[in-house]
Amino acid sequence: MSQSASSSDKKTRSKRFKLPLLIYQLASPPLFYKLSGKALPWITGLALILFAVGLVWGLAFAPADYQQGDSFRIIYIHVPAAAFSMGAYVAMAVTGAIGLIWRIKLAALVSKNCAPIGAAFTFLALATGSLWGKPMWGTWWIWDARLTSELILLFLYLGYMALQEAIEDRETASKAAAVLALVGVVNIPIIHYSVEWWYTLHQGATLFKFDKPAIASEMLWPLLIMLAAFLALFISNVLMRTRNDVLAQQLEQQAMNQNRASLSGV
Amino acid sequence: MSFDSWYAFFAMGGYAFYVWASLGLTLLVLGYIMLGPVLRHRQLLRLQARMERRAERPGLAARS
Repeated sequence: MSQSASSSDKKTRSKRFKLPLLIYQLASPPLFYKLSGKALPWITGLALILFAVGLVWGLAFAPADYQQGDSFRIIYIHVPAAAFSMGAYVAMAVTGAIGLIWRIKLAALVSKNCAPIGAAFTFLALATGSLWGKPMWGTWWIWDARLTSELILLFLYLGYMALQEAIEDRETASKAAAVLALVGVVNIPIIHYSVEWWYTLHQGATLFKFDKPAIASEMLWPLLIMLAAFLALFISNVLMRTRNDVLAQQLEQQAMNQNRASLSGV
Repeated sequence: MSFDSWYAFFAMGGYAFYVWASLGLTLLVLGYIMLGPVLRHRQLLRLQARMERRAERPGLAARS
């Protein structure tokens, strides 16, 4: 009797979808802190090198565009910022969902820490886009689908961060914020396809499409390097912030234990 | 090099303001976003060191 009960119990447990064991192991805060501490200098160093190489190559050595002249060089900042403003959002939503469904606290922390740099990328995509739009389109801003949906992305990030700050209880805050992040994911395909679905001044996709990239290879290489630089910068920033949170929580716990010990010692 | 001289490089074919403003803004914003957690990490490490010193002298901690 008891045997059959335990076997059926086992059955339901095995039916439930589980994440690979490795994820649970990496999600243990002390191990994460140790491993990320080793990886961080390399990732940050790589980010800085790629950033310097990509910028110098793009700004000084890539040929000028035959239509846009040297103003096209803004692409080396604008496109990586825009690409990873969306990439960071997807990372924020996915890790938020993992934190929500599998209750992995580290995933919730990573999700929270995707927001500041994601918002920074979004702001830069909008600002550099504006600085590029003025000489090319004759206007700083137009309320078309691409620009408006990217602006909504900025508001989603700001709303997400405000929500995290507004709720005192950490677990409730990360749950509420994860739900907001997941609902907001609908905006990502809208941003990407806006230049095809609606009339716009914005040019179509150069890189992220199924055909060959519509750009000469001497212009493409520095762009790919800048994309890698922004990605490395993003990873480095999220790791740094998450490590800080893990350390802060550990110190908080330690302080509580010390206070208890010193109180009972008196 | 795609430019004939340093002057031409800085002039950016007449788009100097737009290109350099984009670069300046990017360095400013990314510098801020990267420096924040570095400073906070140092602050946390100082706090950790202070707590460890206090933990080594429990008598002092009890009095304070």
